[in-house]
Amino acid sequence: MENKTFTISVYSENNVGLLNRISGIFLKRHINILSLNVSESEIENVSRFVIVVDTTEKWVQNIVGQIEKQIEVIKAFYHVDEETIFLESALFKINSSLLFDERQIQNIIKESHSEIVTVSRDFFVISKSGRRSEIEELHSKLKPFGIMQFVRSGRISVSKEKMEVTSLLLEELKS
Amino acid sequence: MKISGAEAVIRCLLAEGVDLVYGYPGGAIMPVYDELYKFQDQLHHVLVRHEQGAAHAAQGFARATGKVGVAIATSGPGATNLVTGIADAQIDSTPMVCITGQVGKHLLGSDAFQETDIIGISTPVTKWNYQITEADEIPEIMAKAFYIARSGRPGPVLVDITKNAQFDTLDFSYKKCTDIRSYHPKPVLKIEKVAAAAEIINKAKKPMIIFGQGIILSKAEEELKALIEKSGIPAAWTILGLSALPTEHELNVGMVGMHGNYGPNVLTNECDVLIALGMRFDDRVTGNLATYAKQAKVVHFEIDPAEIDKNVKTEVAVLADLKEALTALLPLIEKNSHEEWHNEFKKKYEIELDAVINEELAPTNGKGISMGETIEMINKHSKGDAIMVSDVGQHQMFACRYAKFNQTKSNVTSGGLGTMGFALPAAIGAKMGRPDREVVAIIGDGGFQMNIQELGTIHQTKVPVKIVVLNNEFLGMVRQWQELFFDYRYASTVMTNPNFCAIAEGYYIKARKVTKREELDEAIAEMMASKDSYFLEVMVEKENNVFPMIPTGASVSDIRLS
Repeated sequence: MENKTFTISVYSENNVGLLNRISGIFLKRHINILSLNVSESEIENVSRFVIVVDTTEKWVQNIVGQIEKQIEVIKAFYHVDEETIFLESALFKINSSLLFDERQIQNIIKESHSEIVTVSRDFFVISKSGRRSEIEELHSKLKPFGIMQFVRSGRISVSKEKMEVTSLLLEELKS
Repeated sequence: MKISGAEAVIRCLLAEGVDLVYGYPGGAIMPVYDELYKFQDQLHHVLVRHEQGAAHAAQGFARATGKVGVAIATSGPGATNLVTGIADAQIDSTPMVCITGQVGKHLLGSDAFQETDIIGISTPVTKWNYQITEADEIPEIMAKAFYIARSGRPGPVLVDITKNAQFDTLDFSYKKCTDIRSYHPKPVLKIEKVAAAAEIINKAKKPMIIFGQGIILSKAEEELKALIEKSGIPAAWTILGLSALPTEHELNVGMVGMHGNYGPNVLTNECDVLIALGMRFDDRVTGNLATYAKQAKVVHFEIDPAEIDKNVKTEVAVLADLKEALTALLPLIEKNSHEEWHNEFKKKYEIELDAVINEELAPTNGKGISMGETIEMINKHSKGDAIMVSDVGQHQMFACRYAKFNQTKSNVTSGGLGTMGFALPAAIGAKMGRPDREVVAIIGDGGFQMNIQELGTIHQTKVPVKIVVLNNEFLGMVRQWQELFFDYRYASTVMTNPNFCAIAEGYYIKARKVTKREELDEAIAEMMASKDSYFLEVMVEKENNVFPMIPTGASVSDIRLS
């Protein structure tokens, strides 16, 4: 079986220590997490993990099974890229003078559909959301001018298909 | 009325029906020990000699009784000493609740005296863990701990309680936990899956059952027996499934796995349907997965969804509590005898008898006492009614291969983790849990010295366990591998042992050493007749090997008889 990029989505209670428990499952199998994002989900008091890994489908099935087994995990899913809508966000901090001295920068910002978040006397900040490749492209275009700071977020993603979590919880409340 | 957190801990234990705990006091757990002192007429605390002993004793108690075992330790080293036992309970699905003291909340994360991040350390080896930092969390968390430990696929839970939470007061009321919204311990049985399984089983010409501890954990021994007898299907067991079906049952065809019986291993690769009941296809059972039961349709009955298709791809998986699933399956199964197929097992057993068993049980050529004949002699005197607690190594394999059992929950051993030092404390727990039964610990000279300090617990509590050390003055299993796979290079496996009998006698335990075959019968008779604890050292042949054997990475078909 060949390696692929999988996005694992985990719905869980918002408890201290669960992140450690989940990351341990990857550690145990010597699998590197490419990206990890934890946030609120569409359900009140339920957290959503979005974890990106590069592995085989067999392993990702096993991993999702092990994740679901954790007491405070409500449900876990995995998807390949085609089954999800996903993006990452990045911030670039750049010397302010360049904005005025290098005309090109304004064009780069416009063409890349990125946004200027703030402009101050010393620096300005560009934000860009999109696919990894788009962020990397913007990075390479800005690099020659000097990037003071760069940071990119983990992947966030929603699935095209329904994820039956809300109904699971509702059932639970009924019973 | 307000009570202290420490008192609340005791009241929670009593509410859960706990009357026996194992532990060792220390600074951060002292408030709880102060309450144990006050409640000693209702809750018996057994002082072990090392926290690892407490964990294994709690495991032995749980395995022999089916109830949740409880171990208590202080923070720091007390807590970390429990970890081996917790890991053992996790991999062998043993219900256990460990309570550890922790430094006060205001000191957390400050590298305080005896502070250790036991939540972080125990996370990968617990079913669940939680740090209580406020007294009023205690009732709810303790209720959850017991519910999680015993429900579904059981396992160990660790509750870490900061010292302030033990001292502070709360309004106590206890409600048992029966539901956690993110946790579904008992899958809903899908009857169509049972029907699909029944169809495959009924059509099978050469079906074979492998059952594991799931039978014992779900109390499905009777259902298993009924299924086997109705369907006529030969049944083999994993090491943790041992004793779920009486050894002498006609359709009991022995153990699968690395040192299992010849027939069930070889025939795993000849059966047309493999019915796995409450077992998880551990690598010690399957050998090389690429050549494991490839010809067979696999039907897997299992409570833990994460085990389905984990190692072996199934044709039909019935996700359910075993007792419930087998009860539903039984009426759908057609009566059969599979006589010819069963004869295949008998023929293979004859081969094993000739090549291995006869010589093991009655050594020739002037060879010294064998481990197998010692176990056989214990069978003679126990009549198959004793609980056998084995440690890890050659003696464990001999004990599991040759011990006879009439009753369930009679084989207590460290299967998945292979923890040397398990047996002595686990035997203490087993005997305290089942004082009505004879408990015999079978231990090697290596493993005995890993928790030898628990002789002190036996002395103090007067718990009448029988201890048999099979002494070959080697770390025998490793030596066997060195002989077979490392060209006889015995690296650090030779043991220069102390006078074990003198040590046992130092703890005021009656002791005897057997060096000659002629003494064995009488010595074991004396041990079994003893009302008190008894230590028996048997000097066995030094370089005997356990066979059959599936070398690591080999196929079950390639099992070696010598």
